[in-house]
This record gives sequence, C-alpha cells and structure tokens, in this order.
Amino acid sequence: MANPKSAYSVPTKKEKSDTHIIVVWVDNEAGVLARVVGLFSGRGYNIESLAVAEVDAKKNISRITIVTTGTPQVIDQIKLQLKKLVPVHKVADFKRDDKGVIFKEMALFKIVGNSSKIKKAISACKKYDAVILDKTKKSNVIQITALRREIDKMAKNLKKLGLVSVSRTGAVAMTRGEKIFN
Amino acid sequence: MSKLYSGAEIVFKCLEDQEVEHIFGYPGGAVLPIYDELKNHSSIKHILVRHEQGAGHAAEGYARSSGKPGVVLVTSGPGATNVVTALTDAYMDSVPLVCISGQVPTHLIGTDAFQECDTTGITRPCTKHNWLVKDIKDLSKIIHEAFKVATTGRPGPVLVDIPKDIQFAKATYSKPKIEKKLNGKSKNYYSQKDIDNLIHLINKSKKPIIYSGGGVINSGPEASEALREFVQSTGFPITSTLQGLGAYPGDDNQFLGMLGMHGTYEANNAMHDCDLLINIGARFDDRITGKIDEFSPKSKKVHIDIDPSSINKIIKVDLALVGDVKEVLKSINKTFKKKNHDFKKSNKQNISNWWEQIQKWRTKNSLHFKNSDETIKPQHAVQRLYELTKNNDVFITTEVGQHQMWAAQHYKFNKPNRWMTSGGLGTMGYGLPAAVGVQIAHPKKLVIDIAGEASVLMTMQEMSTAVQYNLPIKIFILNNQYMGMVRQWQELLHEKNYSESYSEALPDFIKLAEAYGCKGIIAEKPDELDEKINEMVQFDGPVIFDCRVDPNENCFPMIPSGKPHNQMILGPSDKDENKITGKGKALV
Repeated sequence: MANPKSAYSVPTKKEKSDTHIIVVWVDNEAGVLARVVGLFSGRGYNIESLAVAEVDAKKNISRITIVTTGTPQVIDQIKLQLKKLVPVHKVADFKRDDKGVIFKEMALFKIVGNSSKIKKAISACKKYDAVILDKTKKSNVIQITALRREIDKMAKNLKKLGLVSVSRTGAVAMTRGEKIFN
Repeated sequence: MSKLYSGAEIVFKCLEDQEVEHIFGYPGGAVLPIYDELKNHSSIKHILVRHEQGAGHAAEGYARSSGKPGVVLVTSGPGATNVVTALTDAYMDSVPLVCISGQVPTHLIGTDAFQECDTTGITRPCTKHNWLVKDIKDLSKIIHEAFKVATTGRPGPVLVDIPKDIQFAKATYSKPKIEKKLNGKSKNYYSQKDIDNLIHLINKSKKPIIYSGGGVINSGPEASEALREFVQSTGFPITSTLQGLGAYPGDDNQFLGMLGMHGTYEANNAMHDCDLLINIGARFDDRITGKIDEFSPKSKKVHIDIDPSSINKIIKVDLALVGDVKEVLKSINKTFKKKNHDFKKSNKQNISNWWEQIQKWRTKNSLHFKNSDETIKPQHAVQRLYELTKNNDVFITTEVGQHQMWAAQHYKFNKPNRWMTSGGLGTMGYGLPAAVGVQIAHPKKLVIDIAGEASVLMTMQEMSTAVQYNLPIKIFILNNQYMGMVRQWQELLHEKNYSESYSEALPDFIKLAEAYGCKGIIAEKPDELDEKINEMVQFDGPVIFDCRVDPNENCFPMIPSGKPHNQMILGPSDKDENKITGKGKALV
C-alpha cells in the first residue's frame, strides 16, 4: 500500500485479465474519436492498439477497432460505457483467441543493405503475404499482414538484415463465415 | 420560403419550445448577440449570477427541486471554465442541465483568440454529450437534441458551444420532433420473468432490506409513490442513500435512516446481515459500501437502475432490472398485488425476528450526542431547525462537510425534491447558489441552506443575486471555525495535526449580511437558538444566520476505515476499543 492514510479503500483482489478486441460503430463526426479514447484514458482502461476509418460514406459511419486488456468486469464496463456515448451505434467484443474471428495488423518494413541481405529479408517475410512496395539497389519496402506477435517477431529478426524503419497499424477484425458482428 | 432567424433568435425559439422559464447566466463578449435578443422574449427570465459556477449550481438547485432541466448561459473562455465544476457536479449526481456557451467566431477557433478555450474538449468528460455548432443550419436541431439527451435515460448535463458568427448567421427554425419513444439509450431491459424472480426472492426472504437512492427522485414524484406502495405492501425495512432522502418518509417506522459512512447503526447493520438486498436507483457508491469484500456478504442482491453501466460496476448482483425506476416499480407492484394478496400480514411471522433484531440495533440510538447548556451542539441546532420548520413545506440545500452529514441525519424529509446536496462530487460552495435556484423555482416556499462557514465563503458572492431578485433564502451557517470534516479526519487519522483546517480570519457574518443588503442573525447560546431561528424563518428576505457551534464536535456514527458495515464507531467514547490502526487508516 503506497499511502496508508488515503481517504479511499484499497484495491481488492484482482481477477485475471484477458485481451479483448472491441469493435465500435460510430457517427463519423468531429471529436468522436476523442470521446472514445477519452473514455478509455479517463476511466483508466488500457488501449493496446487502435484502428479507425470510415466504412460507410453514405451513412457516415466509422468503425473503430480497439485492442484492450482487462478483467471481465472491466471489459463489461468498457462495453456498457461505450454504449452510453451518443454517437455510438453498436459495440461488439470478442476475445483475442476466439477462433471465429480473423484479426490482422499490417506493417511496413524498410530494409537498407546489400542485395543478399534484402533477399534474405524478403524470404523471411514470405509467409506473411509479403508485398514489395518500393525497390532500389540499396533498399526495399516490404509490406506484411499478420498477427501482432508475428510482426513483433519479424521486426526483431529483421534487425540484423538491415531493418531501419517500421510502421504498423492497429488490429482490424472480422468474423469468419456468413456471420457478422452484432 | 420560410422565415429566416438569426442564431440568437433560434436559441430563444428553442428555449421557448422547450418550455424554459428561467435561465441562469452571466454575459460576456462571445454571447452578446444572445443577450441582445433576451429583451424580445418575455416568457424567459434571466437570472444574473455573480460567478458562472453559481449559475451552474443555481440551475442544479432549480432542476432538482422542480424536475425540469436547468439552463445555463455563459460566455466563452473563463465563462465556460468557471462552469466546469457545476457541470461535473451535475454529472456525478445525474442532474439535467443544458449549458449554452458562447465561443469565438468560427474563423478564429484554434488561433488562441481572446477568451478562447477548447470548451467542448474541456467539458467532454463532465457532460453526457456536447456540441460545437459549426453550421447555423444545425443549431435548432442540436439544441432540441441537447434537451433530449439531458433529460432522458439517466439525466445529466450537456453543453452547446455556439461561435459568435453563428449567433449572427441566419437560418430557418425547426421545431422539436415529437417522439413517443425515449431516446435509444433509455430502453427498459427487463421482462416479466425478472419480476417473477424478484417476487420469488421476496417471498423466500427472512431478512430483507430495501436500499433506495437518487434514481427514485430523478424518476419523478410517481416513482416515490410507487416506492412507498412497494415498501408498505412488503412490510420490509428501507434505508436510503444521501441523495435518496425524501423518496420515502423520514419519520416512518419502516425507515431505518440513511446508510453508509455516516449512516445509522441499524441501517448499516441491516445491510450487512440481510439475506435480500433490493437496490432501487442507487449505485453502490464507495461511501455506501465500505469494504467491498465484506459488503453484505450473506445476501442475494437485486439492482434496479436505468443505467446499464451501473449494474455490476462495483458490486456483482444476482438479479438486475434495467429501466426507469417508476416503470419498474409499477410493474412490480402490479404483479405483487396479483400474486401476493395480503402479503404484509401473511409474511409478518416470516420476518418478525428480523424486525426484532432491527429494534435491538435501534436502541443503540446511534445519532445520539451529548447536548450542552453552554455551547450550541451542531446536531442540536439542526434538530431545532427541523422542529421549528417541519410544518412548512421546506426545501433544504447544503454545502459539503460535517454540517451536511448532520443535516442528513437530523433533518427528516417526507417528500421528494426537498433535499439538494452535492453527493458525488462533494462540492463545497454548492448550497448557497443551489438555494438561489430552488427559490426561483419555488418563490413562495421556505428555502434553507444548511451551511458550514468554510464552504459558504466559496460562493458567498451569490448573496448579491439573492438580494437583487428578492429571494428570501436562509443561509443557516453551523459556524465551528474549522473545515470540520477535514479536522475530524486529521483528528482520527493524522494524530490531531490540524494542518491548515482552522480558519484564522473569518468575516463578521452579521456585517457581511448587512453589506450585501440582507439580514444577519447570530446565535451563541443554546437558550437563544429557538427564538433566533423563528426570527430567521419569519423574516421576509434573505438571511445569513451565524450559528456559533461547538468547534470540537465530530460527526458520528461512522464506519471506520477498512471496516465493514457491522463495525461502526458510535461516538467519541467508543473510539478506544475501535481505534483505527495500520491498514485501516487507508479506508476512511
């Protein structure tokens, strides 16, 4: 206990935390992302990654995908608090290990080095749908799509092959089969 | 082509269509077009406050005593930042407010213009929703929507930020849409099956308790009626949170008094030992629950609340009925009558041991204090105030601190909307401006702010408002020269190191009253108290009453730090055996 003379109760025993992916459909209007993100920071919830873009230009709807960790009680609160925001239409949530859901992140790697290193780098990326976006004698920009931990691993492994710059997105998610989130 | 109106005109047309009669505000550069338009709308009366925080609290007092939304009008920059405390207070206590703020012209937004601030950014976490109006065509729709968001579902404050050029720009006006359905955020989520389950639990219970809160007040007078019917027909004991006082008559035998940190011994013990806890419109606040792990360990818990996010937030419950308290209670009462005819009588045997136990707790007389002939005890002052005013239909507001708890313990409320206090945020300085708002809503009623001398000085300037509008509010100050609650905690937790909690240079409240143009009364001895209180009540005009009370009195009973409900400190003599030590100090 940091401060035994506080005016508030001490935290009680914690439940186990899980990683969840929260998908939120919102009106694409000024400040809406600040409302969602502000809710997370204001209530002390954690954001591991975030992806947001308009998905329906006609209805003006954006889809926000947030990866977060929390106890079941916290995850419940996140969903219920999000639903209270006026521009929020719908909230879906699933666990990261849910087999019925695909989620992907994208990363761009810039490799600078001799051709043999670049070749090795490209071949290492192959299993993650590697696409060469830019190519010079001394450099390559490779795009891969994969899971977070796979990208983490690649970024680590590519260091020795001349990786100089990494840019990555947050996770996006979609259900398998005919089912959609609701 | 329909008629074009200026933004300022549209603001007032919206307010008229929303049946607004009073707005609380303070003018400034960025709202001048709206103030200019005021003269053309005689059905709307503007109350000029002395500080924007006062406008916010006055609107809260107005809203809580009348059930209508309070409307605030402030300028950009400092006008908006000054109202933030009141917005946060309203957000915590679920009070419907609509705040309209001026903003610098659209083309200057983001340039650090004079009196510019990011008002929607600053107020985002302390409003239900807010809007920056960027296009005059949206203005009427947004203001109508603002009223809807503020007043439906769990009520709360909203803010509409209107740049000065929008106030001049012209557009057509659209009336509010008449909707049968409340907004999508306030649906009822319970079924007949849930109600049947509840009635099953009620029938089985041998040690039930009902714990009601501010949600019952917010749901309107019919909700209080339904609550009374429910309590009467079950014969169950009921306790109330600070905000819920008045929903059930305070002098009824089934009422156990307030619960929580400074609640009664019987209410807290009943919460701890019960086998069925029915929470109606309360939110398991940390001042209520004490230690979460040991909160009401043996009970089945039922929670009725309009806000789905309140369910299982703090305390896991066995049965949740999400919906408007009024509707839920009405459905429960209906089913209950059908299924459990004459329940109170037939169930009497079932819970008679429980009532016996409660009577035993009651004999502890936990609100007892040692009275004195020499000095006025603050509890005694509140009791006398109650006895001498209870036959009027009184509206009480308070500031925050010991006096607030004594008022809650010793003043008894029989009707909803008669008790306005800052519970969630605990805003010192709330009571005086709130009393201004209450008196505006109820010009003929007796409105008393039970205050502390430290709190009331935070918003004392609003006496000037009271004098300007002939508002006969009574400021009843329990003056102990200390920030009493701070001093109490320092005594109990910090070895009587009264760091900065003594007010060295208090004003002479009599002279202060006279300076504001109202009446000052001072009472120093117990034997003059009644006479002075009567003088205050009978005076037709605002009064500042300086009631000099015992500076060393502490507020008891009290759930000490880190203890569950069944281990209360009853009074100063009880302290030794129950001393707060070590880990417990964290939990006051």
